[in-house]
Amino acid sequence: MKRIIKLQVNGDIYEVAAEPWRTLLEVLRDEVGLTGTKKGCDEGDCGACTVLMDGESVPSCLTLAIEAQGKEITTIEGLAEGEKLHPIQEAFVEQGGLQCGFCTPGMVLSAKALLDKNPRPTEDEIRLGIAGNLCRCTGYIKIIESIAAASRKMAPHRGAIRTGR
Amino acid sequence: MTLPRFEYLAPETLQEACALLMQHRGRAQAMNGGTDLLPKMKDREVTPEYIVGLKAIPGLNYVKHDKKVGLRIGGLATLKGVAENPAVKKGFPLLREAILQMASPQIRNIGTVAGNLCNAAPSADTAPALIALGAMVKLLGADGQERTIPLEDFFVGPAQAVLKEGELLEEIKVPDTPPLSGGAYLRLSLRRAVDLATVGVACFLTLDGKKVCREARIVLGAVAPTPLRAKEAESLLKGARLKEDILDKAATAAMRVSKPRSFAEYRQQMVGVLTKRAIRQAWEKAAAVKGDVKSFMKKQGRRQEK
Repeated sequence: MKRIIKLQVNGDIYEVAAEPWRTLLEVLRDEVGLTGTKKGCDEGDCGACTVLMDGESVPSCLTLAIEAQGKEITTIEGLAEGEKLHPIQEAFVEQGGLQCGFCTPGMVLSAKALLDKNPRPTEDEIRLGIAGNLCRCTGYIKIIESIAAASRKMAPHRGAIRTGR
Repeated sequence: MTLPRFEYLAPETLQEACALLMQHRGRAQAMNGGTDLLPKMKDREVTPEYIVGLKAIPGLNYVKHDKKVGLRIGGLATLKGVAENPAVKKGFPLLREAILQMASPQIRNIGTVAGNLCNAAPSADTAPALIALGAMVKLLGADGQERTIPLEDFFVGPAQAVLKEGELLEEIKVPDTPPLSGGAYLRLSLRRAVDLATVGVACFLTLDGKKVCREARIVLGAVAPTPLRAKEAESLLKGARLKEDILDKAATAAMRVSKPRSFAEYRQQMVGVLTKRAIRQAWEKAAAVKGDVKSFMKKQGRRQEK
């Protein structure tokens, strides 16, 4: 039985009709029309469905849409400001951190969640930060370099690069 | 993979949740993070007609430290909330170590420690660490009765805990650790994150003032139907000093008690490898701690007399 739910996505409020068994991923893509969030494994293992809820990365394929009410949801569409890319997105473009781009929305949001808490992560901290996101194309090196470059853009005065593998 | 249909119920208290589970017993599942339940439902492994949502129940998402009881983890506390809690970082680093090796950042943000325990996978990572720390669990029944049992006695078999119909896990209590203690949790898995552990070993040791092992707990995960204490290995460590041959003997004893179902020979061997490493790491951490054992024992004595 459908319920009207109110979802706050990227600063906008959407009223959608959804049954209790619809996941946030399905509702974002099919009802709200934001297809940047991807359905990969659909069981919480690949990270392609990653969105931010109140700033924390969550698997939207394992979130019931009805339980996402009252939270601030950020999808990949919410990062750029009009034509101006977010520094993390800029870094991915400049460093070549994507090939097919399917994992990229999830990777960028996981990177944002990481950098918002840890502005200058070590390489190992970056690897742990994206441990929930799989990529089939790049072999991860360029993704890690993109996130490191983003961290230097976003927190340029936070000291020398820390090593500490 | 759409989820099967269900009706979603949102109780306002834990007691109400227990009552709903009892009312619809056999056709209902409790859910919080949903990171184990929803994949099973997508596979049609379980198809509850009712989901009793626990997320919105106030007052249970806490991690507190109490001088009398020790660490208290609420039934709705997330894995991330527990791992990042200052009291856990300071007083129970073994638990933090176990949590940070499991799942993924996304899953840890919504998954709960209580859920990890109630799902009762033989490979559950929080279980060996919590059992090694002597954790107790408080359960709330549909009749309003509470009971507290050692976590060690909570598991019955794969995906089977001692929870009765309508019973939920309300709180996990972990007693304060003595000085000169140290722990380590090591696990083997194919992928660094997300994958279930194929072998898990938790070791928690307490030394005396002369660096001799006073107490030891070694708990194995993923290599038996439930998390398993390697008691023979533990007894070999008691009264011993850290020496290569003691580590080897304890590792062999742990191997002997493990019964992995698949790739048995390899996984048993890995039990030996990880047990030896875990004991050594725990010992080194314990030996590095500065602590006054005598005054702690006096305080313990006074507390027991009360």
